[in-house]
Amino acid sequence: MTEIRVPALSLVVLVGVSGSGKSTFARKHFKPTQIVSSDHCRGLVSDDENDQAATPEAFDLLHHIVGVRLRRGLLTVVDATNVQWKAREALVALARSHDVLCDAIVLDVPEEVAVARNASRPDRDFGSHVIRRQRNDLRKSLSKISRDGFRRVHVLRGGEIDDAVIGYEKAWTDKRELTGPFDVIGDVHGCASELETLLATLGYQDGVHPGGRTAVFVGDLVDRGPDSPGVLRRVMGMVERGTALCVSGNHEQKLVRALNGRKVRVAHGLETSLEQFAREDDVFTGRAKAFMEGLISHYVLDGGRLVVAHAGLKEAYHGRASGRVRSFALYGDTTGETDEYGLPVRYPWAEEYRGRAMVVYGHTPTTHAEWVNNTICLDTGAVFGGRLTALRYPERELVSVPAERVWYEPARPLASRGREPDVLDIRDVTGDRYVETSTGTVKIREENATAALEIMSRFAVDPRWLVYLPPTMAPPETSKKDGYLEHPDEAFAEFAAAGVTRVVCEEKHMGSRAIVVLARTPADAQAKFGVEGTGTIFTRTGRPFFGDLQEEFVAGLREAFAPLLEDSPWVVLDGELLPWSAKAGELIRSQYASVGAAAGAALPVVVTALEAAAGRGLDVGPVLDRARRRESNAARFREAYARYCEPVSGVSGLRFAPFQILACAEGATAVTRPHDWHLDRLAAVTHPLVRATRHTYVDLEKEDRRQAAVDWWTALTDAGGEGMVVKPVAHPGGRVQPGIKVRGPEYLRIIYGPDYLESLDELRRRFLGRKRSLALREHSLGIEALSRLAAGEPFHRVHEAVFSVLALECEPVDPRL
Amino acid sequence: MTISTTREPATDLGFLLHKHPDRVQEFPRAFGVAHVFYPEATDQRCTAALLLDVDPVRLARTRGRTTPDFSLGQYVNDRPYAASSLLSTAMAEVFRTARSGRCDARPELARSAIPLEIVLPALPCRGGPTLARRLFEPMGWDVTADPIPLDPAFPEWGDSRYVTLTLKGELRLADALNHLYVLLPVLDDAKHYWIAEDEVDKLIRAGEGWLAAHPDLTLITRRYLNRRTALTRAAFARLAEVGDDEEETLEPPAEEEVRIPLNTLRRDAVVETLAELQARSVIDLGCGSGQLISALLDQGVPKITGVDVSAHTLMIAARRLKLDRMGSRTRERVDLFQGSVTYTDARFAGYDAAVLMEVVEHLDPPRLPAMERVVFGAAKPTYVLVTTPNAEYNPRYANLTGLRHPDHRFEWTRAEFREWAGSVAERYGYQVEHRPVGDDDPDVGSPTQMAVFVKEGSA
Repeated sequence: MTEIRVPALSLVVLVGVSGSGKSTFARKHFKPTQIVSSDHCRGLVSDDENDQAATPEAFDLLHHIVGVRLRRGLLTVVDATNVQWKAREALVALARSHDVLCDAIVLDVPEEVAVARNASRPDRDFGSHVIRRQRNDLRKSLSKISRDGFRRVHVLRGGEIDDAVIGYEKAWTDKRELTGPFDVIGDVHGCASELETLLATLGYQDGVHPGGRTAVFVGDLVDRGPDSPGVLRRVMGMVERGTALCVSGNHEQKLVRALNGRKVRVAHGLETSLEQFAREDDVFTGRAKAFMEGLISHYVLDGGRLVVAHAGLKEAYHGRASGRVRSFALYGDTTGETDEYGLPVRYPWAEEYRGRAMVVYGHTPTTHAEWVNNTICLDTGAVFGGRLTALRYPERELVSVPAERVWYEPARPLASRGREPDVLDIRDVTGDRYVETSTGTVKIREENATAALEIMSRFAVDPRWLVYLPPTMAPPETSKKDGYLEHPDEAFAEFAAAGVTRVVCEEKHMGSRAIVVLARTPADAQAKFGVEGTGTIFTRTGRPFFGDLQEEFVAGLREAFAPLLEDSPWVVLDGELLPWSAKAGELIRSQYASVGAAAGAALPVVVTALEAAAGRGLDVGPVLDRARRRESNAARFREAYARYCEPVSGVSGLRFAPFQILACAEGATAVTRPHDWHLDRLAAVTHPLVRATRHTYVDLEKEDRRQAAVDWWTALTDAGGEGMVVKPVAHPGGRVQPGIKVRGPEYLRIIYGPDYLESLDELRRRFLGRKRSLALREHSLGIEALSRLAAGEPFHRVHEAVFSVLALECEPVDPRL
Repeated sequence: MTISTTREPATDLGFLLHKHPDRVQEFPRAFGVAHVFYPEATDQRCTAALLLDVDPVRLARTRGRTTPDFSLGQYVNDRPYAASSLLSTAMAEVFRTARSGRCDARPELARSAIPLEIVLPALPCRGGPTLARRLFEPMGWDVTADPIPLDPAFPEWGDSRYVTLTLKGELRLADALNHLYVLLPVLDDAKHYWIAEDEVDKLIRAGEGWLAAHPDLTLITRRYLNRRTALTRAAFARLAEVGDDEEETLEPPAEEEVRIPLNTLRRDAVVETLAELQARSVIDLGCGSGQLISALLDQGVPKITGVDVSAHTLMIAARRLKLDRMGSRTRERVDLFQGSVTYTDARFAGYDAAVLMEVVEHLDPPRLPAMERVVFGAAKPTYVLVTTPNAEYNPRYANLTGLRHPDHRFEWTRAEFREWAGSVAERYGYQVEHRPVGDDDPDVGSPTQMAVFVKEGSA
């Protein structure tokens, strides 16, 4: 048995003449989807697998398929003769361009065997001279194939071909099986004493953490500082005991070369290390050299969720192997230019980073470790008198100790990296998208994203404030009760059927849905949202509520919610802005009041005319009755909208009625807490600007409690209320609606028209499915946005979820639901 | 609607209308019922009433999403109460024979002018009572149009768009009916749901003998026929940039002699500057309906890309530029795609010049740094041209209060623009030069101001 070991992610190039059994070999050892065959591609572009004239196009296709697979990180096998150097060269270059390794497997069979096999296949009509020519090419190739650029060339002859088995070699960088927890430690640069202090602070005792944590060093252990050998001694010891991992830094690379006697420019602190090593014995120096030479470019840890590389690593390079991957990991993405201090200008790859894996790195000293798109640089310039910093993973907690002194003068002043400008990329939002949420993936269609992009760009508030958009809410199943389109019974029944035992009924304010984001101070706003100001209020589509009044109103809200801001430097609140006329004045006048005016002018005339006709003895009875009913309906319609109109001047007259704390700095997402928590906390806020949300809890298992809630709703709506929202006190998860709105019969006149009760049967045929599904999807996305916000995920990740809510809102649904 | 006459015997109105005064008749319509009855019928005075009972639910359900006027799809609708085109078509059919002027029983009467009084209690009237008078008076009507307040409970809301219309006059009944048939939808000026193929013929037939001589012929035909193209118009009206041409309709300054519209001057200035800079590839960020693209195509610029945040606007641009009928060589020079200047976009890179023509003032000031990074930091073309209104020039516009466009978030003075441009240039490594566009007033400068950014080290 011959075991052929190939890298788990690689391009495997089969080499052999026609009839050497490559396809059979490939089928035996690889999945059909992993094999890309030139014959198959020839067939795809010409309908004839043997049409040699189609070969150039067939190979274009083959290279394209191979390229796509490699980009997506899939092992790929090329089944083509590849007996000529040119063919192999192209494949090796293709593998290299995707930073994957490339192995060749040569099937070297005698010419007569190949000729005989081809002769037995009716579809192979070329003569034996073709095989002979291929044999010659192969023979010439075999002597120097090792120089083609393959990682390894496996040559199989005779019985070896049938006996071979394939084994896979994991990449050195692949440590996905290690799940931590980790303590990633930034550039030490010979600061041995600070390292000991930091390790102690992290809880390590003589290089071992009692909790089983693993330290991960981002490289640049040496140079500049007072005791590089001491640092190496500590780290090597930990790596040998398995309590630490270490990736290579550029300084280790250069130090090894210098210690090996290679000619290097002694600068940037190398001189300090060489001086210190001169005092060490050969045994230690040998050990240190071996250790530093053995360091690899980067590690992929914790199932692919964490990547550690000295200078960071862009997503396309994670887990890949090539010279440029190593160079990126060690030196970063340099632009080739140098700055005024003679140091290389680095390309800001992190700003464009959109990968799911967290990338932790060092290399560029800054005053503070800052998150940029799920990446963080831990080099806080310990050797320059800054701090030595570690990141606890998965806690995302920074731990640092100050430098004992300035050990080395920096070539350029330590820049505060500052918070990166939160620029979003078009790829964050466009195209068909699949957005992951904790309750499943939500698909966003391209055309909806297109519409949302315009709204977001032109009308929305600054997207950095826009951390949430409220989901739409579905009404209950349509009621069959006489005179009702919606009734609490159906809402209660639905939740009871879903296993919910306790719901809260909240008064539904008739105003405009409003999301309020507040920060305790401008600094808190800057820290959490990266934006100037102290708060904002926006509509359910992300638009600002007011022009010039916005600031004054937000100031009032900050005063009102000061108690909440005492506990948390920032809060996000969900509520309703009252009165309705404040925001919807134009709509009320052009739509509702106009209908009322037309009805008010027309119907009395109609009634008078009909009465006159009746007076003449004409039979207009039913028509007259209906006209009178319509007259009274129109009057009630006018009353219905008038209830929600109040004069507002400036901010006086405006009220905010909160019903939920969406998020605050108390760890977990507030939104997932039970509603009694929200209502209790909000009840503590009493301020003239804030209107309380009346509510009642209902034990669904008790019939009398349900009836009491129905009575509560009836009283509320009889008094002119819009209705109520029924929510499970604690959401059970799954496909259960987060809330159901039950609107009162009078309010529904505004929605379905003054005379809607005349055509109830017709209106009962309404389709709720789409609305309900939309409500669930938007709810998941909203929660997702808030959990991403709470978890401190990068801005574009929060934006993705919020943008998706807006995109879903562009889906056409019955606007009356 | 009621029609009365005092011509004795007034009950002959029944013959003229072909509806018996002592009967109550019903005519089913697609979306409701039309009733005809007589509230009074004496020899001295006879009144016929046409009551159209529209069921808004049925109206909404029968229309669907292709309704030209989406408000017709709403259940909260004035159609059940207002004398709209629905009433006009119902009347046309219910009184079809009367409208044609045929009356076998009283042929003489049908041919003669009789005293008539027509009352429409709630007539939607775009243009107000004045227009109602203007349209009906030329035919000899004595017109009373009383505006109806929006809501008596809210006097501060003012009047609604409805009037109570009373027409009095001595006219042939058939003529009267034809006047109503044409002018009700014209006054309503809402999109009619009913689009018939032969709308022009209908107008000509109903307008026979009076329309051609009407002083407001143009307005009447335009409004009446607007409905036919309503589908296309409604679609595109919604698509166009909010008030795209608002600024251009502003009164030019009194002393300004040359009346070349500002947008033309601006476009020419940009085209000239690009030619001077010899830009061979240009990306127009915020291209709108593609005027600059057309001009640059004519100039022979080899590569022109238009970007807009509105997919609808791009559709209009593609139509205006006739992209689908362009020869393949020309077509290859043009590219249009949706993008936003506040989102970095790899597709923005690689151009000699980027143009932001009247774009920055549509961004909220806090979003400007994002735009700056997208354009100057990421796309980094050699040249960036930015034009924006000069706020100092605004007092020269006679009727202007506030900003020049409802969507402008700000308008800069020359100093403010210079300050912004200077700081952007410094941060991103550009040199900047300012140029006036349009008449350069010694006191307030030019109406439009332009900044030309040149990337350092590119000269």
